[in-house]
Amino acid sequence: MGETFVFWVLAVVSVIAALGLVFSRKAVYSALMLGVVMLSLAVLYAVQDAPFLAVVQIIVYTGAVMMLFLFVLMMVGVDSSDSLVETIKGQRFWAVLAGLGFAVLLALGIGNAFIGPAKGLAAYPQNVPSLAELIFTRHVFAFEVTSALLITAALGAVVLAHRERLTPKLTQRDLARQRFKEFARTGRNPAPLPGPGTYARHNAIDKPALLPDGSIAAQSVNRYVARYEKAEGTLPPEVAQALESDSEALELEKE
Amino acid sequence: MPSLNDFGHDPLWISIIKAVVIFVFLVLAVLFGVWTERKLISRMQHRYGPNRAGKFGLLQSVADGLKMGLKEDLTPSGVDKVLYLVAPLILVVPAFISYSIIPFGPVVSMFGVKTPLQLTDLPVAVLLVLAMASLGVYGIVLAGWASRSPYAILGGLRSTAQVISYEIAMGLSFVAVFLYAGTLSTSEIVAKQAGGGTLDIGSLTIPMPSWYAIQLIPSFLIYVLTMLGETNRVPFDLPEGEGELVAGFHTEYSSSLKFALIMMAEYVNVFVVSGLSITLFLGGWRAPWPISLWDGANHGWWPLLWFFIKLVIVFGFFVWVRAALPRVRYDQLMALGWKVLIPLNLVWILLVATFRALRVDKGPVVFTMLAIIVIGALAVYFYFDTANQRRREARAQEIQQDFETLADAPALGGFPVPPLDLPHYHGVHSSKEVTSGSN
Repeated sequence: MGETFVFWVLAVVSVIAALGLVFSRKAVYSALMLGVVMLSLAVLYAVQDAPFLAVVQIIVYTGAVMMLFLFVLMMVGVDSSDSLVETIKGQRFWAVLAGLGFAVLLALGIGNAFIGPAKGLAAYPQNVPSLAELIFTRHVFAFEVTSALLITAALGAVVLAHRERLTPKLTQRDLARQRFKEFARTGRNPAPLPGPGTYARHNAIDKPALLPDGSIAAQSVNRYVARYEKAEGTLPPEVAQALESDSEALELEKE
Repeated sequence: MPSLNDFGHDPLWISIIKAVVIFVFLVLAVLFGVWTERKLISRMQHRYGPNRAGKFGLLQSVADGLKMGLKEDLTPSGVDKVLYLVAPLILVVPAFISYSIIPFGPVVSMFGVKTPLQLTDLPVAVLLVLAMASLGVYGIVLAGWASRSPYAILGGLRSTAQVISYEIAMGLSFVAVFLYAGTLSTSEIVAKQAGGGTLDIGSLTIPMPSWYAIQLIPSFLIYVLTMLGETNRVPFDLPEGEGELVAGFHTEYSSSLKFALIMMAEYVNVFVVSGLSITLFLGGWRAPWPISLWDGANHGWWPLLWFFIKLVIVFGFFVWVRAALPRVRYDQLMALGWKVLIPLNLVWILLVATFRALRVDKGPVVFTMLAIIVIGALAVYFYFDTANQRRREARAQEIQQDFETLADAPALGGFPVPPLDLPHYHGVHSSKEVTSGSN
């Protein structure tokens, strides 16, 4: 009774979340919807007397995998839009094929569960010890192969991302010296950029600092905020003008 | 002594009473925890701390809470409204859920019903806390992202990386406890710490400590570090490092009820990891040694008191650390997590598993002695390490030379520096400090 109730509630929630995942415009919302689907799955596992699987589902999928997705989305930046160019040749054909294959697999699995007799959990009274026993006796080979696969993937990532260090690592002292040498050579300001809001009417982060003559210090304009405001058309014209006229700020923008 | 079989039989009203009591306890604990922290840390810094609202400033947090409730709830323009609103909720709910598996005491008679002093227990109870912690991070990340502020987004990014890294080390530090207790249920782990057995040397019988904090010291020490990292407390409070990020992920939550929720989640999380450290390593609700000689110490309602005292002590440790340590740098934090805590933990788990497989009961004790010897030997080696010493001297000389060249040539980026041995730099006799305005 309780199980059926939970199933129907979660079925609605997870189907809506899955649709939201496909149709929402913002990538972060899609990621969140995926998180909701994963959580619903975890609750279903828990209701099916598989507490270990439920908790691991939350820790691994919701906690680690989804979090890394979000991390990447935030690192890449919120204003990056989806590229609609299909980079792989024959992408659609293979996608349809894979989808069909998955549907067949699903149908076979569900059909098997419907036709065959119920297995039940009677043979395995305790969830965690029974699971451990199965993993480390009957399925130990598959388990080890999986771990080898994961380690290979991790090693591959390390090898791809690794760069040999050719020069010694610069310390803070080295960097400071470099900045002053640069200043002697080109006159580039060695100090940190001026903070927002100085001498202005408000000290909020989107208010540029003012110079002694009351004009806007273009270097104090936060480019992250300015980018939003430009996209939404709320960037004050005097700030835009100051940004355009300031060559050093433009140079920074290019970097 | 409750075990897993004692759970799941409570009538509904008993469960509701327990849940409400835990909720009220946590809310009050946050109110007075904030007061305790401020008072304690101010005494450590030779000042009084809050002393205006109520006797000893006891009502300070109540006043702050009321103020937050009555203030205008500002929503900055440009924020993502839905997530901005939801983030504090995502932060606070899992923190409260985690407390449902913390055991407060043995089976007692509550209004005529025999029931353990713990809301519920699961075969995977400890992992539930980890799962809830990983859900709580969503609150931080989304608060950072939805605020649309560079400070907030940097705070959110930092906390994602930090909490994921430290969660791995934290999960690994539980493994040794699981191996020794043979269970993941909190009530049974507490039961396993009831007696440590004895060590017989000849005719001498030495009672062994029963707490896993002593039996499995490396696990406990690593857990203590990860618990600071997991709750974003000093010295690992990078996500809200006020020197760089104003207030990090909650910069845009300006003292409204949402901010109150964020603060509450932070403190409840501290209480969760403290409660977990007590349950897994510090004997749970069981009385410590001199008290445990009294037969009634571990029966009835008394264990609530022992648990509370332990909780206060662990929380005091948090405050002490905050008063004593500066914040670490971000790369140091990540290096500590990935390059020190995780490998150390893996080696230690391997050793513990080996001892378990070989049925060497006193293995960890022997190992700890060995480790002390090895660390001592390494310390002696590094003390007399001449190669490092020579490298350091060469570097210092290089910098000195560079400095001299630059001092003479302002055009190269140097600047005119007066000779550093002028008398007023160090004083003629450098015994007395030259105060400002006296020369």
